[in-house]
Amino acid sequence: MNFICNFPFFSILLSLFSGTICSVLPAKAAKVVNRVVIAVVGLLSAVLLVYLVSVGEPFVYWMGHFPAPWGNEIRAGILEAGMALFFCIIMYLSMAGGAHKLYDEVDESKHNLYYILVNLLLSSLLALVYTNDMFTAYVFVEINTISACGLIMIRQVGRTIEAAVRYMIMSLLGSGLLLFGLCIMYDLTGHLLMSNIKESVGLLMANGEYQIPLIVSVALMCVGLCIKSALFPFHAWLPDAYGYSTVSSAAILSSLVSKGYIFLLIKIIYRVIGFRIFNSTRIIDVLFVFGLMGMIFGSISAIRENDIRRMIAFSSVAQIGYIYMGFGMGTQQGMVASVYHILSHAATKSLLFIAAIGLTEVSGGSRKFVDLTGAGYRNKWAGVAFTVGSLSMVGIPLFSGFISKLLFAQAAVQVEGKMLASLIVLGISTVLNAVYFMKTVIRIYTAAKDSPYEGISFGKMKIYAVTLLFFILLNVLLGVSSQPVVDLIERGLSMFA
Amino acid sequence: MSKKKSSEAYQKTFAFRFFRWFGGEKDPYLGELEMQPQDEYHVSEEAILRREKEHDAIMDKVYDAQHNKGLHLFHSLYEITSVLFCLFLIALLLVTVSYLPAVGTVTRPVNNEVAKRYIENGLEETGAVNIVAGMILDYRAFDTLGESHVLFVATITVLILLRLNKGQEDQNDRIFEPKNDAILQLVATFLVPIIIIFGIYIILNGHLGPGGGFSGGAVIGAGLVLYLNAFGFAKTERFFTEKTYKWVCFFSLSFYCLAKSYSFYTGANQLHSIIPKGTPGAILSSGLILPLNIAVGLVVACTIYAFYAMFRKGGF
Repeated sequence: MNFICNFPFFSILLSLFSGTICSVLPAKAAKVVNRVVIAVVGLLSAVLLVYLVSVGEPFVYWMGHFPAPWGNEIRAGILEAGMALFFCIIMYLSMAGGAHKLYDEVDESKHNLYYILVNLLLSSLLALVYTNDMFTAYVFVEINTISACGLIMIRQVGRTIEAAVRYMIMSLLGSGLLLFGLCIMYDLTGHLLMSNIKESVGLLMANGEYQIPLIVSVALMCVGLCIKSALFPFHAWLPDAYGYSTVSSAAILSSLVSKGYIFLLIKIIYRVIGFRIFNSTRIIDVLFVFGLMGMIFGSISAIRENDIRRMIAFSSVAQIGYIYMGFGMGTQQGMVASVYHILSHAATKSLLFIAAIGLTEVSGGSRKFVDLTGAGYRNKWAGVAFTVGSLSMVGIPLFSGFISKLLFAQAAVQVEGKMLASLIVLGISTVLNAVYFMKTVIRIYTAAKDSPYEGISFGKMKIYAVTLLFFILLNVLLGVSSQPVVDLIERGLSMFA
Repeated sequence: MSKKKSSEAYQKTFAFRFFRWFGGEKDPYLGELEMQPQDEYHVSEEAILRREKEHDAIMDKVYDAQHNKGLHLFHSLYEITSVLFCLFLIALLLVTVSYLPAVGTVTRPVNNEVAKRYIENGLEETGAVNIVAGMILDYRAFDTLGESHVLFVATITVLILLRLNKGQEDQNDRIFEPKNDAILQLVATFLVPIIIIFGIYIILNGHLGPGGGFSGGAVIGAGLVLYLNAFGFAKTERFFTEKTYKWVCFFSLSFYCLAKSYSFYTGANQLHSIIPKGTPGAILSSGLILPLNIAVGLVVACTIYAFYAMFRKGGF
């Protein structure tokens, strides 16, 4: 076995272990450990991605001395390695962009706890990406849930405590339903390993046995993960959780945590149930309808919002709706578009959160639109970055959002029966996106008369500005050279089957 | 004939005190035990009135509760739909269960080669007499590694929520608690050593019989909590402070991580592992399971104690 095959295992254990190390380090050292670990894991994932692209075959890796159905196992393909790399990039940039704000909002003695949570969150995301076993996935979903809760709660003001409680209740409900589904699935198939479950499910479907519990189990797992990733009717926890936590937490939660669950759902669809069997159930129609509703209602809530952070948070509901619409189409193209949108939305949403904090800082800490007037002139870097993020969200060519909308439209044209609905809602949602994002961009570039707030120069926010620059580059890169990424996603998805 | 005792000497004997207590002459705890009657919770009338006024004002201003028919309708609809939804979920799950394979039949899908190998080869492959320990700490050790980190991250979040920030130390309310309860102290003196030894037994016996790190650690943690309740923080702080907690957790989890990493690495790369299996049944057997049980036990015991201390005074 090639030495590079150890890399997924190294990444998971390294981030897990660094969490333990951070618990005995002072805050400054913990910060260094945190950054180094994220960078190293990103590097390992990049090397692994290159290796997998050249080999063209996924591999499984024993976690212990025993082969698969008896021991634990992880698995790496192009899509897994690519996701791990992308998660690391976004996490590094989010941490760097929000670092200065952490000192204002979190008590100094609790900083090292923050880094512990971030390291454990990274390890759980990596485990969710690489796992080949449903129970391992569940264990790391638990770590993910608790650490996400801690990330919201660490800023201890009234609204964040309330948001954390809400998040915890909803998220635990989701975990519970996932566990129910998992138990029923285990009872029917006798396995926890993904490939073995898929085999048994195929047999059960072919023989027509246990149809009702099988569908209920799949439905419970889907609903559980939909709640955790804030699909439309289950999004009540989202605006407060993203709107009032510290900015790094908001960026990480919106672009990584919910995406981790969606990635797990993709894995379940492909590797546990089987893409064809999943598409033959009615569940995809339900996902499709709720995806479409989310696209519209999320945007309407965002338009009505008068608080810039909550507006961006509501926009997430709409974007998650896009992803589920892609699942609902039930075709390979729809799935590719969804995976691409995961990347594009993660890159853009974290950029918007980080840029918004720069704008509110030069407006006396207020998030109200009235106070934000002219903020784009006071903090030029944040203004440009916010504009780029908005253009990408609306779907202007040259930015990543355009490509994902194009892919969704192309996928929709090839689906019979769902084409018209998808295209119409895609159009309406784009217009609504434009309404609230362009409204904000115009607002921050309207010159304020006798504004009481002072601007900030580049010298005082070097790290912040450089982070924004990297975010913009990432967005443009995804938008300009999308074809290689789409090819990789297609190859990765074919490795899943 | 026995020697006569002076009345002074007699008053010091156990018999004198016993008969005095038996006759009801003197309560032995009077003057020995610190008893603080708690002040009744008292709120001034003004404060209640003010609070009610504020509450009404908020309801009026934010919701316009008296004229807001929509809100009223929403609340009643909300209650009805939540009950209906719960009933639906219960019915759905009950129906599903009735379609599941019958419990206890041989043909159930869960009776497959996975369970068979655990039962038949478990002893030989892991060296643990207790098959469950062999399963969770050897076959599926990665899951258990994750599970112990669930505990760790849970303590971290509790620390964030309950640990008092610098400058807030005077806010803890342990100064109001009664101390030195003689009954509790006497009982604790007998029970705590037994409980802790029993916990250690459960941990060390984990690979030989029922038990293991999680259950044994919980027992030790309970013993520590009892000790803390009887003797107060002043005594426990002599051997258990935040530093102790930090380092015990750090060393246990690090050992767990590193030992298992070694075992995963050798397993996946088909290398020879230097960890001996030992003779099944002996106390030093079954490879890594015993040390891992000890590590898990320490983490669990510290976690339980830490949770309790956090709730009591927001620190150790």
